[in-house]
Amino acid sequence: MELIWQGIREAFGLIFGFDAEVWRISLLSLRISGTATFISLFLGVSAGTALALTRFPGRRLLVSLVNTGMGLPPVVVGLFVSISLWRNGPLGVLGLLYTPTAMIIAQSVIATPIVTGISLAAIQQLPPKLRLQILALGATRWQMVRLLLREARLPLLAAVMAGFGGVISEVGASIMVGGNIKGSTRVLTTATVMETGRGNFDIAIALSVILLLLTFAVNYLLTRIQQAERPR
Amino acid sequence: MMRKMKFVLSAGILVFNALMLPPQYVFAADDTSIILATTTSTQDTGLLDLLVPAFEKQSGLMVKTIAVGSGQAMTMGQRGEADVLLVHSPEAEVKFMAEGCGTARRLVMHNDFVIVGPAADPARIKGIKGIKGSVDALKAIAAGGGPFISRGDNSGTHTKEKGLWKTAGIVAEGQAWYQQTGLGMGATLNVASEKGFYTLADRGTYLAMKKILALEILFEGEKSLLNVYHVIEVSQAKWPKVNAAGAKAFADFMVADATQKVIGGFGVDKYGAPLFFPDAGKAE
Repeated sequence: MELIWQGIREAFGLIFGFDAEVWRISLLSLRISGTATFISLFLGVSAGTALALTRFPGRRLLVSLVNTGMGLPPVVVGLFVSISLWRNGPLGVLGLLYTPTAMIIAQSVIATPIVTGISLAAIQQLPPKLRLQILALGATRWQMVRLLLREARLPLLAAVMAGFGGVISEVGASIMVGGNIKGSTRVLTTATVMETGRGNFDIAIALSVILLLLTFAVNYLLTRIQQAERPR
Repeated sequence: MMRKMKFVLSAGILVFNALMLPPQYVFAADDTSIILATTTSTQDTGLLDLLVPAFEKQSGLMVKTIAVGSGQAMTMGQRGEADVLLVHSPEAEVKFMAEGCGTARRLVMHNDFVIVGPAADPARIKGIKGIKGSVDALKAIAAGGGPFISRGDNSGTHTKEKGLWKTAGIVAEGQAWYQQTGLGMGATLNVASEKGFYTLADRGTYLAMKKILALEILFEGEKSLLNVYHVIEVSQAKWPKVNAAGAKAFADFMVADATQKVIGGFGVDKYGAPLFFPDAGKAE
C-alpha cells in the first residue's frame, strides 16, 4: 500500500515538477496515439459508412472481418508491421522501423477496425426511412451522407474514444515497432514496462497514473463535445 | 454552428499533433542513426543511459537502442537488422563471427554471474566451496527440488545457465521445480523475489535492483561464472544497409579510454561497488 501512495506522490511530483523526460514521454504518447486515432477516424468512418450504406455480395463476410478486427491483438499487428518494416523486409527501403511513424502505422492498424465497426453500427442503426426522406427532399448523395453522419455523431464520437483508448493503452505493438528508444519512441506504456522490469515500481506507478490522467483528460474533452447541447 | 466549430477544432488539434512530429523522427536516414541491439542487463542497470547520450553528443549520431536478450540481439545481427551489438554470449558470438556476420568483435567489460535465492536457502547452497562449486550448488538445488526460475529467452544469461546445468549433468528443463519466465533479467529477478525462487543473474542487474529484491547472493566467485561483454560490428558486406561507419564509431567509443573509465566507475556511488569491470584491450 505504501508503495502505491509513494508512486502516486511521485506522479504528481513528476507532473508538476515539470520533469522534462516525463513530459516528453507523455506528449509523445499523445501525439502518436492522437495521430493514429485521427488516421483511423478518417479511414474507419469512410469504410464504416460505405459498408453501412451499400449492399453487395460478400458484404456480410466483410462485416464479420471488420468485427473480428475490432479485437485484433496488438502483438500480432506489431509482429507483422515490424516484419514488413525490417530493413531487409518488403517496406525496408522506407527506413521506418523504430520510429514514431512506425508506431503510428501499427496503432492505426489497430484502431481502424474499431472505428469502422462502431461507425458501421452507428450508421446502420439510423431509421432506414431517414435516408429516403432526405433524398426525397432533394438532397444529393453527399449531402445525405453528411446528414447521416451528423445524426450519428454520438456513437461516432464513442468510436473515436474507443479507438483512442485502444491505442494509447497499447504496449505490445509499440514496443515491437518502436523499440522503446529514449527520446524517440519511448511512450508511457513502454516506459512503464521497462521501469517495472528494472524494479523502479514507484516510477512505474507514477507513469501509470499519468497515463490514466491523460486518457481521462482526452475522454473528458471528447465527452464534452459529445454531450454538448444541440443548439436548436 | 458551435458544434461544427468544436468538431473542426478537435480535428485541427489532431492534425497539429501529426505535424508536430519532428521530421528526423519520421524518416530516419541511414547514416545519421545506428541500431544497437543489446542485452537487457546493460539497459536494466542504467549503464546505457549514461553512455549512449555521451556517444550521441560526441558523434552526432542517433542511437536506437533495442534492449533484448543476447540471443535475439544476435538474430537481429544475423538478419542485418542491427548495426552494432553489445552482447555477452561468447560461444554464440564466436559462431556469429565464424559465419561472417560480423566484421570486428572487441572485448568491452565483464562482471560475473551469481546464483541468487531466498535468504532461507532451502537447498542449502550457501557455503558450498571448491573448484566445481557451481556444479555442487546446482546439484543441491535439483536435489532439494529448487524451485529454480530461468530466463528461458535464449539470452546470454540463459545460455550460460543451460551450460552450467549441462556441466552438472542435470536435465532441468521439464522438471516440476524448474520454471521459465521468458523475460528480461530485471523482470525475472522480480518474479524470483516474489516467489522465493533461485535464479542465475548477472551481478550488475542484481546489484542495481538489490534494494527491492528479497534475494541474496548464495553462490559466487567461480571462474566459470565470468560474464564477458563484447561489442560486435555487423558486416556491411553481407547487408549493404548496415551503417558500418556508425557501428565502428560506437564500437570505438565503447573501448575508448574515457568510456572505459566511466564503465569502471559506474554504480560505485550508488551501490558501493562497480557493476562492470572495464576490459578493453586485454587478452581474453
